Parts: sequence; structure tokens; C-alpha cells
Amino acid sequence: MGYEVRKVELEPLQVLSPQGEVVDPARMPKLDDAQLRELMRRMVFTRVWDQRAVSLSRQGRLGFYAPVSGQEGTMIGSEFALDKEDWICPGYRDMPQLVWHGYPLYQSFLYSRGHQHGGQIPEGVCVLLPQIIIGAQYVQAPGVAMGLKLRGKRNVVVAYTGDGGSSQGDFYEGMNFAGAFRLPCIFIVQNNGYAISTPRSKQSMAETIAQKAVAAGIRGVLVDGMDVLAVYAAVKEAREYALEGLPTLIEALTYRFGPHSMSGDDPTKYRTKEELSEWEQKDPLVRFRAFLKAKGLWSDEEEEKTIEEARAFVNDQIRKAEETPPMTVPGLIDSMFETTPPHLEEQKAWFAAGEGR
Amino acid sequence: MAQLTMIQAINEALRLELKRDPNVLVFGEDVGHLGGVFRATEGLQKEFGEHRVFDTPLAESGIGGLAVGLCTQGFRPVMEIQFIGFVFEVMDSICGQASRLRYRSGGRYHAPLVIRTPFGGGVRAAELHTDSLEGLFIQTPGIKVVCPSNPYDAKGLLIAAIRDNDPVFFMEHLKLYRSFRQEVPEGDYTVPIGKANVVREGRHVTVIAYGAMVHTSLRAAEELAKEGVECEVIDLRTLMPIDIDTIVASIRKTNRAIVVQEAQKTAGVAAEVIAQINEKAIFHLEAPVLRVAAPDTVYAFAQIEDEWMPTPARVADGVRKVLEY
Repeated sequence: MGYEVRKVELEPLQVLSPQGEVVDPARMPKLDDAQLRELMRRMVFTRVWDQRAVSLSRQGRLGFYAPVSGQEGTMIGSEFALDKEDWICPGYRDMPQLVWHGYPLYQSFLYSRGHQHGGQIPEGVCVLLPQIIIGAQYVQAPGVAMGLKLRGKRNVVVAYTGDGGSSQGDFYEGMNFAGAFRLPCIFIVQNNGYAISTPRSKQSMAETIAQKAVAAGIRGVLVDGMDVLAVYAAVKEAREYALEGLPTLIEALTYRFGPHSMSGDDPTKYRTKEELSEWEQKDPLVRFRAFLKAKGLWSDEEEEKTIEEARAFVNDQIRKAEETPPMTVPGLIDSMFETTPPHLEEQKAWFAAGEGR
Repeated sequence: MAQLTMIQAINEALRLELKRDPNVLVFGEDVGHLGGVFRATEGLQKEFGEHRVFDTPLAESGIGGLAVGLCTQGFRPVMEIQFIGFVFEVMDSICGQASRLRYRSGGRYHAPLVIRTPFGGGVRAAELHTDSLEGLFIQTPGIKVVCPSNPYDAKGLLIAAIRDNDPVFFMEHLKLYRSFRQEVPEGDYTVPIGKANVVREGRHVTVIAYGAMVHTSLRAAEELAKEGVECEVIDLRTLMPIDIDTIVASIRKTNRAIVVQEAQKTAGVAAEVIAQINEKAIFHLEAPVLRVAAPDTVYAFAQIEDEWMPTPARVADGVRKVLEY
């Protein structure tokens, strides 16, 4: 009984150490100073918005909200590597990628508040709605990608999920379809260690999630998800391969500092303080800030300015969300089909007549 | 006009729509090179190429996800689920995703998707090949459910389904694929979704059926005619939305009705039809509306399936019961 399970050797790619020192100059992406600053601005902005969203949620001014702090390196870095006409198939925590891809923030607040206008993604913004069913976006991504390919576009599709999502059948089916049809797909797993409370160790005997790519015959890459530059570089490279018809699965090792969602999750029940503080040392903002400051590309003033900007913008956007006229049941009924069938017309008339009180 | 079987009529509908609209794509397990296990897609890959008509890996959820993704890029997928029982593997894509796309996105996206699937008993098929699962889909808001009973309707309804801008679950009865031929016009025509068809006129009782049960009901009607009972037989054709107006118009004349379904008795199409009759025509009824249906068990194994499914004799008994009330 001496069977030895075959190992897939994968070391997490890293450009910056947790202290912000360059550890792998060869992987340093070609970004100019303005782009580097923009990456930092976006991460700070997103952190502020996240903190504000958490408190808005506590006040009851937002509905379902999944905090993102800790995952900004993966979220911001991966989106930054995309073309405006590349498509994003997100999970529910992936609002930052959507917003930085062009989805208006106030609509993300409306989505959280359960308002239909939240889902009316503007024309020209290439994203699907946040997926609630874990893994469903993984089987849809090949469809989006096949569509782009049939239309002759040179664009890719990025689908996100988490470590829990990697256990779904759809996770494998999506990768397998992308490979079988040679589609321009990139699958990103944000492994933050927990599917709500269930630790990564209980999801799979596989040593890494990235190695699951091997079975599907596609590329598998492991990356330090707290390192925005490493994530950016990994996605940029995956994008090139995707355009040649070779999909990639990227596992980004990351952590969420907050709870799973604002709907009553208490992470102290399943994580230790020590573990949290260990990961806080790897904070993607701390590391990138140190790197930029050493290069003279970031200052406390710029940080302050960004924080102020973000606060003002979030306030403006939540106001805009709150000022949006409420949905109505007749409006909801009319959004079920292109032409409302007779039985629904009857139900609509009943509500419109005020009988639905 | 050609004499076609239902499977030929379906093939013809797919060919016409593939030709008419470059956004129509046909895919599923074995639908490409082989032309489908029932030959519904025979010759289509050769005619339209592997980009329009293709085989997928053997994974229904993957097929459904592919279809939903393609919808967001303006395509009109016609996906085949090889046998209806396999649809359990793709319930999320159909009932959790495609059906909600228009609503969730406030109209930014929609799913002009057709899910074609064979179903229906009496052909000695393996388990999970023959179930009548329409009840699950009529309960899912956002999907239309269509079930033709003959070649003419199959072609016209399938063309209408492909042109519909919302998801249509299209059920093809296995026993009807090749059991008879019918004159089917060559060109393009549609049979409207949401309209039932009076297939036999009569004044004593209304028999409401769909799929293969239309033929079972017609046979019962012939038997009953010998006893002087004139049945009016309605083929629903669309199960969601139900054409209640046609049903009510008939009941105003006959004042009695039964609903015949191959599916299990509880909480299905028959139950819904009866609920709507109660809402719209209760004062025209002389007797309760009865259901003739299969018992509430899992689909019977081949040995006893003929006994399990409603027969002409059972339908005739149902009619007599309603008349004698």
C-alpha cells in the first residue's frame, strides 16, 4: 500500500515580499509610474469603500454585502490586466472588479439593496451580474468566450470563484469546456482559506487548487494573491495564452480580513486571532505602499487625498442609490418575459389596482 | 407538401432557422457528427459547419452554462438534453439562471434559449429517459413550456420557440417521433406559443390533453362516440402559459371536463388547468373536473409502464364518471 500520489510542483509567484521588496525582478510587470500609482489609488479607494459599505450595512442602508478587505491585491490586480472589452463573470464578492471595469458603484449598492436597477448593467460594460450560485459563472464563462470567439473578437473572459467554489462540479465542467473548445478563458480562484467557515483543508485532498488545471489539460498557476503586481503579471500572461486558445486556472492565495458577509457571520468562531494577524502582515496595501514609497511614487498626502475622494464618492453614490425610485410589483412582473403573458397580465392588474396590500 | 414524421419536422425546423438566422447555434451530446441519438440534427453539421452545430463534452450543466453565456453575447442557442432525466444535472442553468436573466438584469440581458429534450413513456427505455417533468418547469417563473403532439405543430412550435426572446423548454414525446406521418408545409411557418388547438369537436365533455395523451384521448373519444358521447378534445400544445380562453370557451359549451396527463397526478399541468377553470368557469360546470393521470410514483419500469400510463380505456372511464355525476 505504498502508493505515492503524484505531486504537482507549484510555487506561488511573487514579485514583492510582504515588506515591499522586489523578490523576482524578472516577473516585474511593465507598468509606468502613472499605472503603478493608479493601482495603489484603486486599492486604497476600494478599502475605504469596503469599510464604508460595512458600516452602511450595519445601519441597514445596504442589504447583502460581502466584505473584500484583504483581497484587494487579487481583485484590483487581476482586473487591471484586462482590456475594457474583456468580460468578467463574477461571484458575489467581486464587486471591485465590476466597478473598476465600469459598473457604476451606486448600482452595486442598489444590487445590495435588492433593487432591480442594480442589475441593469450599462451597455458597453462587459460584465455579468454577481453570481450567487457558487460556480455557475464557471460554466457560463465558456459560453461568453465562445460568443466572443464566434464574433471574431480578440478578447478574453475571466471567471472568479473562491476555494469553496473549486469543489463544485461546475468548476471542473467550466474548465473542461474551455479547454475542449480552446476558448479564451481565465479562471481565478481567490483562495481566502475559508468557504464561510469551512477551511480549505476540508475542501479537497488536492495540495493546491491550481493543480486541478492539470486534469483539464489547461495551464495552472499559483500566485501570491496579496501581491498586486504578481497577480497582475499572472493575469497578463494568462491573457496572452487565452487569446491563443489555452485557458489558465490561477489560484491566488489571499485572505479576507472581515466576515464572510454582513448577514451575521462571526469569523472568530472559526479563525484564530493569531492567524488573522499573520495575514494582516501580508496586507496587499501595506506591501505595495512600501514599494511605491521607496520609489518616491506615493506619499501620505496622496493617500489622504484618495481617502477623502473615496469617502465623498461613496457618499454621493449611496445617496444616488437611495434616491432611486423604488421597484414596483407590476414592474417586476413586466420584467419576466419580453411580452407579459395573459395570466401575468391579470396578476399585474390586480397589484396595479392596489389590491396587493 | 411532404409527409413527415415528427423527428423529420423537427430537423426541418432546425435547418430553416439555422439558415435564416446566423445567431442560431445547435449543440449538445452527439448532435454534431452523429446527428443526435434520434437523428433530430441529422445533416445539420455538414450543412452549417462545426461552429454552428456541434458536439459538447458529456456534461449537462456545462451545456446549460455554455448556452446562458452565449445568450449574453446575442446568440440564440438551441441546446439538446439527450433524455429528459438528464435535465436534473442542468437545473441551475435552466431554472436558476436562464429563467432569471431578464429579470435579474432588468432587461440588459435575456435568454433566447431553447432546451429541446425527448421525454415520454411507452417505448421500453431505460430509467430516467421517459419521465414527464413539465410540472417542475411550469412552476419556474420565466420559462415557457411547449409540448407538440404532431409533426405539423412540432415544426411550427419549434420555429416559434427559436424566435422567442425568452427561454422555452421544448418537450418531444419519444413515442411520437416516428409513430405517424403528417403533411407538413415545406417553408417557414410558426404555430404560436400559448395557443391551444381543438383537435376534435364535441358537445358533451371537454377532454384536455397534451403530447402523446392527445392521441390516447382521441382514441377514447372514438370509443365513446360509439356510445353516443361526443367529446371535444383540446391539445394544449403550450403548457406555460396555458391557453385558458380556449378551455373556457369549450367548457361553456360542454359544461364538463377532464384533464389527461401522462405525468403523475399531483401538482402538475392538470392541477393547474383545473385551478384556472375554477377561477374562470366554475359556474359553467355541471360536474367536478377530473384528472386522468399516472399514479404518484416514480416512472414505472418498462415491465409495467403500459399499465402505469393512462390508457384510452382509463380516459373513457374518466369521461363516463364526469358525465354520470
